[in-house]
Amino acid sequence: MTPRRSIISEVFLILVAALWILPVLWSVYLAFRPLEETNKYGYVSWPRSLTLQNFRDAWTQGSVLHYFVNSLWITIPAVVLTLLLSSALAFVIARLRYRWTLPLLLVFTAGNLLPQQVFLAPLFKIYNSVGLPTWLADSGKLYDSTFGLVVINVAFQLGFCVFVLANFMKTVPASIQEAAIVDGAGIWTQYWRITLPLCRPALAAMATLLTIWIYNDFFWALALISTGDKYPITTALNDLKGQYAVDNNLLAAGALIVAAPTLVVYLVLQRHFIAGLTLGSTKE
Amino acid sequence: MVAIPLVVDLVFIWGPALATIVLSFTDATGAAPIHWVGTKNYHTLAEVDPSFWPAVRHNAIWLGVFILIATPLGMLFAVLLDRGLQGSRIYQSVIFLPVMLSLALIGIIWQVIYTTNGGLLNTLLGHGDGGGVDFLGDPSINLWAVLVEATWRQAGYVMILYLSGLKAVDLALKESAALDGANGWQTFRYVVFPVLRPVNVVILVVTVIESLRAFDLVYITNQGGIGLQLISAMITQQITGPGNRIGYGSALGVVLLLISLVPIVAFLVQQFRKEDES
Repeated sequence: MTPRRSIISEVFLILVAALWILPVLWSVYLAFRPLEETNKYGYVSWPRSLTLQNFRDAWTQGSVLHYFVNSLWITIPAVVLTLLLSSALAFVIARLRYRWTLPLLLVFTAGNLLPQQVFLAPLFKIYNSVGLPTWLADSGKLYDSTFGLVVINVAFQLGFCVFVLANFMKTVPASIQEAAIVDGAGIWTQYWRITLPLCRPALAAMATLLTIWIYNDFFWALALISTGDKYPITTALNDLKGQYAVDNNLLAAGALIVAAPTLVVYLVLQRHFIAGLTLGSTKE
Repeated sequence: MVAIPLVVDLVFIWGPALATIVLSFTDATGAAPIHWVGTKNYHTLAEVDPSFWPAVRHNAIWLGVFILIATPLGMLFAVLLDRGLQGSRIYQSVIFLPVMLSLALIGIIWQVIYTTNGGLLNTLLGHGDGGGVDFLGDPSINLWAVLVEATWRQAGYVMILYLSGLKAVDLALKESAALDGANGWQTFRYVVFPVLRPVNVVILVVTVIESLRAFDLVYITNQGGIGLQLISAMITQQITGPGNRIGYGSALGVVLLLISLVPIVAFLVQQFRKEDES
């Protein structure tokens, strides 16, 4: 490539990156400015003073902590369950090369590609008719319960996870497993003690990806939870948006607080997240 | 432990997907007894419901923008980043940032840009003192305003997928093409692009699926109301709304199911072929 063309590419990328970061930086800028000042001088004006007050107000007015805890109760169990179940099935698919394992794998993957709304109607009926003991769900049924939300998140993410983990496990040399069998290892030992540790990179990538996806999920709680108090934080954004009313500074501060966990993952675990995304698309 | 995921998948995903078809021929609601109504629901959506055809049109526009703008943009970013220029990692991280944010959050971040009274965009357009363009409310433009938000995220998603594909292309292949006198564009068009066929199919599938799944952005903006009707939002409103019109919502669901089978089958064919080769 000629130096001149590489300069053009470089400049183009700088412009794109600047344009791309602008919306986020704008939110940050607004969030740190006092309302009186933006009211007086307009949003697009030089700052005269900066404040943390918007963050404090957004935190208390929106009961943000409460919704964060809700998100935690949904995300952690859902991620752990998804990884356990999908790795077990992936192990079987990868190890026992029966004729039906490929169709099985494909059915799983295809299910994960369906838009959620396609199967919402029967799901809504099921959720309303399946009863649960009250110690598990205070609504007495799957509908409007945190438990139900965990179940649907697990069900929906399983397909993709099985697909990725099965593909990854196929790359683990069969000789390792054969050696284990010779040493008298049972199926459980082969799965838990031998295969899973070898899959650590894939599991780390999946864990990161699932955490972000489930934390970011907006739709399931909206459709299957009727008590606003039980919403995870992402779905609660819809109500918070109304509560912060037309105060854009407060809205920006609230948005950044909700984005904070994602941004931490973005800064620390971005590599795993990207690995998870691309494992599904390029792994042979 | 192997049976659980199978059962869960059948009970909560594929079972309901098939049950949607059955329910679409009924008048099911939240409680009352269910009656067969034949194809009445389909007549209603095609001929009576004023939201249906706008929704189909909006979904089609969404797909068009993704295919013609967001996806090529993401590919372009990937190709440029793959050249390993200075600071590539930083640019990549920046463009990738929106992919990690939830769509609901993206809707809010853009709202403070689009806002009528003193928003960034309206001020830049010279309406800083009020009377600006109502980007998210005006039904003749709000779809395009939301599509800017969607593209902001989608381009980064495509970029990452494509970049991983590009990285997997054998360097020797590119070198030999260069030795044979191919220029940058020819190398990409005749050597790199064909090798990336599997990744291209994945990206196409992701593009179509994401445009059918579009929901969060329009919902956080105006609940999928005027100017922003989408099939997915209509289904949600019908089923979870006050009437719980499950039968009618199912008919809409079947429409969405039939459309989404196209990319899903394309993906499955691709995967089957890959398995056969290996």
